Amino acid sequence: MSKIAVIGGGITGVATAYELAKLGEEVILFEKNYFGSGSTFRCATGIRAQFTDEANIRLMKYSVERWEKLEEELGFDVNFKQTGYLFLATSEEEVEAFKNNIKLQNHFGVPTRLIDMDEAREIVPILNTEPFLAGAWNPKDGKANPFKTLFAYLFKAKELGVDAREHTEVIGFEREGDEITAVKFRSNGKVESVKVDAVLNAANSWAPFVNEMAGLKRDLVPITAYKHQLVKTEPLEPGQAEPLVCPPAWDDAYIIQDGEDGGIICGAGIEYKARSLNDYEPTYDFLRGVLEYAVRIAPPLRYAHIVRQWAGFYAKTPDKNPAIGKLLDNFYIAAGFSGHGFMMAPAVGEAMAEFIARGRSKVPLDWEWYDPYRFERGELRASAFQIG
Amino acid sequence: MGKKIVCRCNDVTVEDVEALIDSGVTDIEELKRLLRIGMGPCQGRTCVPIVLGILARKTGRRQEEIPLPKARVPIRPVRVEVIVGGDDE
Repeated sequence: MSKIAVIGGGITGVATAYELAKLGEEVILFEKNYFGSGSTFRCATGIRAQFTDEANIRLMKYSVERWEKLEEELGFDVNFKQTGYLFLATSEEEVEAFKNNIKLQNHFGVPTRLIDMDEAREIVPILNTEPFLAGAWNPKDGKANPFKTLFAYLFKAKELGVDAREHTEVIGFEREGDEITAVKFRSNGKVESVKVDAVLNAANSWAPFVNEMAGLKRDLVPITAYKHQLVKTEPLEPGQAEPLVCPPAWDDAYIIQDGEDGGIICGAGIEYKARSLNDYEPTYDFLRGVLEYAVRIAPPLRYAHIVRQWAGFYAKTPDKNPAIGKLLDNFYIAAGFSGHGFMMAPAVGEAMAEFIARGRSKVPLDWEWYDPYRFERGELRASAFQIG
Repeated sequence: MGKKIVCRCNDVTVEDVEALIDSGVTDIEELKRLLRIGMGPCQGRTCVPIVLGILARKTGRRQEEIPLPKARVPIRPVRVEVIVGGDDE
């Protein structure tokens, strides 16, 4: 049994800590704020395999299969619902692009299909069908409750012996050659140190600083935090807009009904480079921009009330694919999820844990595609399909 | 005796709050998200002070030592049409 430090108490770190404990490893998990406080608790809840490249489609197909059994495995309600994702085309060119994506997704076993607007209206009763020509519909995509999911993993991880510490900040490492030998951390003003056999950097937007503490260049894995915002309406009757509904041509604006209380979450790709990693201030521009799209997608939303608006970060890499792999002999990274960390976590947590503990994994994760050294080599991947 | 409700928007009881604190969740931001206190239309006006009181009592802290959860805009619910303008069609 080795002792493994996981840095970052978001969904990726917590899921990996759980998976490592399941494999019999001793784990200490550090979160400098409260669990989920980075991107996880600010996310839009969506889970999809409708990507446009092989690596992300295969990873997400596997992840969705894990999501389907997660509640049973963790013994805790995570409110996973396969209510689908519906992408809407506004032009013939887009319909053709959808057809190509669908072909690729079908090839890897994802059951997306092209649907007409009559069917779309049946799936989303408040949809304005008039601007759209066709939809790409995958009923296996879905959503889950990020708060419950993180704690489901965390409670189970603790049961398996994970030493999970929040409000505990990692402040440095001891390194011998290409090996990290100890982690220094601070809690309540007190500095302590723990000997470790391996370290995972799962700090997402904060990951460049963790890399720097390990003696690597801060921009070796260039992750930049972009402020993305969401707006939510009062609870509405369930069944109005259960799937995530998104016309990518409209700044990839989307709506999705919260599986928990029925409020409609509205997002859009109206992003701002974060001024700092405390820059969570919502903006009026976004509120107005996103709602203008939302009422064009679903006109009855005009009469709903907005109850909250908040911001979080997309920890973006230049190709919007995460960096997953090994940086030093025993120093690993799973960060830069570019808005996809929550949906990918069941697959990535399992893959990362097996990779750290055993050097290989049965998860269909394309290690070369997500190689954290690709940026330094100037080998960017095709951009991952990102919305919001 | 009936249930002791702390959150009228989301039907959360004193027992719900105490059970979660007993399970080790003691950060107000985490309690908020798991119980959905302060996330309903009242924006926490009713429930947050009560939950802070329970949390203070259970963890032996003074209530004023516990930071309030981050407040969200809008302060009061606003109709979408007020923001996007009237129906032009």
